[in-house]
Amino acid sequence: MSAVEALVDLLAGRRDPGSLAPRDWDGVISVARAEALLATLACRLEDAVLPPSVAALFADQRAAAAVGQAQALWEAEMARRSLDPAGVEFVLLKGTAYAAAGLACAAGRQIGDLDILVPWHDLGRAENLALIDGWEWLKQDDYDDAYYRDHMHELPPLIHKDRDRMIDVHHTILPRTHRITPDALALVGDAIRTPGGFRVLNPADMACHCAAHMLADGDLQGGLRNLWDFHRLTAEFAAADRGFWGKLDARAEMHGLEKPVHRAARLARDLYGAKLPSGWNRIKPGDERYQRRLLARDDWGRATDPLLQQIFYIRSHWLRMPPLMLARHLWTKWRKGRAAI
Amino acid sequence: MRHCTRIAVGPVQFRIGSDWAAPIAALKTLYAGYPRDDARPADATVRLFAARPWRRWLRPSVHIGGDYIVPDALPLPLSMGLLAAEMGMNLQVALGWRRHMLLHASAVTKDGRAVILSGESGSGKSTLAALLGEGEWRLMGDEFILIDPQSGGALGFPRAVSLKNEAIAEVEARVDAARFGPLLAGTPKGDIRHLIPRADTIAAMHELARPALLLFPRFGGAPSIERIGEGEAFVRLTEASTNYVALGEAGFAAMTRLVRETPAFTISYPDSASGMAIVEQLWAEAVR
Repeated sequence: MSAVEALVDLLAGRRDPGSLAPRDWDGVISVARAEALLATLACRLEDAVLPPSVAALFADQRAAAAVGQAQALWEAEMARRSLDPAGVEFVLLKGTAYAAAGLACAAGRQIGDLDILVPWHDLGRAENLALIDGWEWLKQDDYDDAYYRDHMHELPPLIHKDRDRMIDVHHTILPRTHRITPDALALVGDAIRTPGGFRVLNPADMACHCAAHMLADGDLQGGLRNLWDFHRLTAEFAAADRGFWGKLDARAEMHGLEKPVHRAARLARDLYGAKLPSGWNRIKPGDERYQRRLLARDDWGRATDPLLQQIFYIRSHWLRMPPLMLARHLWTKWRKGRAAI
Repeated sequence: MRHCTRIAVGPVQFRIGSDWAAPIAALKTLYAGYPRDDARPADATVRLFAARPWRRWLRPSVHIGGDYIVPDALPLPLSMGLLAAEMGMNLQVALGWRRHMLLHASAVTKDGRAVILSGESGSGKSTLAALLGEGEWRLMGDEFILIDPQSGGALGFPRAVSLKNEAIAEVEARVDAARFGPLLAGTPKGDIRHLIPRADTIAAMHELARPALLLFPRFGGAPSIERIGEGEAFVRLTEASTNYVALGEAGFAAMTRLVRETPAFTISYPDSASGMAIVEQLWAEAVR
């Protein structure tokens, strides 16, 4: 059994950690680190009997994740103090949202940048307020800046000059040039409030965004973590609301995301043992390739299967923009790359 | 990976893999005297690899990888594989370790008390600690000193000491040749030669020592000693810590305690002998 399969089995609860030989942990720890899942695994196995050094390392990881979440929530608070007084309503996305909403998948989840969603008509004001309050443009060239503004679903990344933390201000959840155009106004309009007073996407939209981010936007790097998010989110929402899967279906259809959402659910079933209702429980031959891509790591934590990775990389660009635009974009990037040499 | 070894330094168990035999063989020689526990899972993984398969043989160059990487880090020629391994190990600790607050510093200890020397590369902290460690002091480490947030104690990280340039001849003159690694000439950091710490250092690598002095050495100029306040020591040490921010409140508490309980000085010295004399003088005053 490979380390990445052992990791998936441990997360899914299919495998007794006591059955691992001491040296099997080397690979599990390296792969979990590479997939940003080490603290998640540490939380998952908090009560398990582990080799002492693994238990100590996992305790470190849990403590570090708790600090990371406190810091991420503080960034959210900073954004609130900047945007709220001006009446710019924003919705937290991804890791910070999961932590703010106290969801199960937040346990041990690594949180990088602060991701927020604002309505399109407030984007300019949000940008100005951020600049006034100490966020700055990350240094980049004019092409990248224009590319973000014209084609992406977020502003060019901003970093805070004192706290050194990035904020991504989104106005929708997929690039503007993407073949799929989710209903951004509905995402903001139907957002819900956490007990702490932050806005987050409603459960069905949150799962839609998670699936879109994993399967429609990128090349599936870090996909095991995103899939874990999706699995834990849907399991938790379905446990609280028997009608959840139906609502998710309706909402995914409205956003044009039914394919990625259904695929995410099937992958969560195949890898993490998710229980799906009948309409969802299908077999699609294409899934196998996605599974292989998600599991493409060796026992040293290295990415394997470069050809498959390349295919997914090309696919991500293909989805993101029309062919002519893609050709122009790649041509510009290539010329820039050559000029740099 | 094709070649592989495991090394325990202080609390960290490393797994080091390599596409070539030579760096692993060199590591095994250098770390032969360290305790080995092959059944203990690794906390950190280092990979030394060729970017393209043919670069294993054709102008072989060693890329440094592992759990944590520095993007765009330049590879090293195979003859400097030992340096690549050292940089890879340091990187994993600097970016990944969370159990202790890390200080980029060297330290020596006596009677359960530690003298911590923090400074930039070239300040002479490694050389001073190595030389003191050959006398009545026990070396704790020359790269990282780990502060335990619970007790405030200092833990060593006694990897092989990385001697650079003039320091090599200075230590060679006083230490048995068998305790040196090969000379790595003309590396990006100058000439480097590793010194294997004394057996007592390795044997005591899990012992905590209470910090007694914080010194910020500067090599060159007339001998001088200047007491600095808690605030300045605090700022200097936060700059010398790779995980202070990541530790959050625990880091702040450990750092505040360290600078409140430990007198701090900047010292300048023209040569090693006067540097060592200053340390001894301050030590005598601190423990009095």
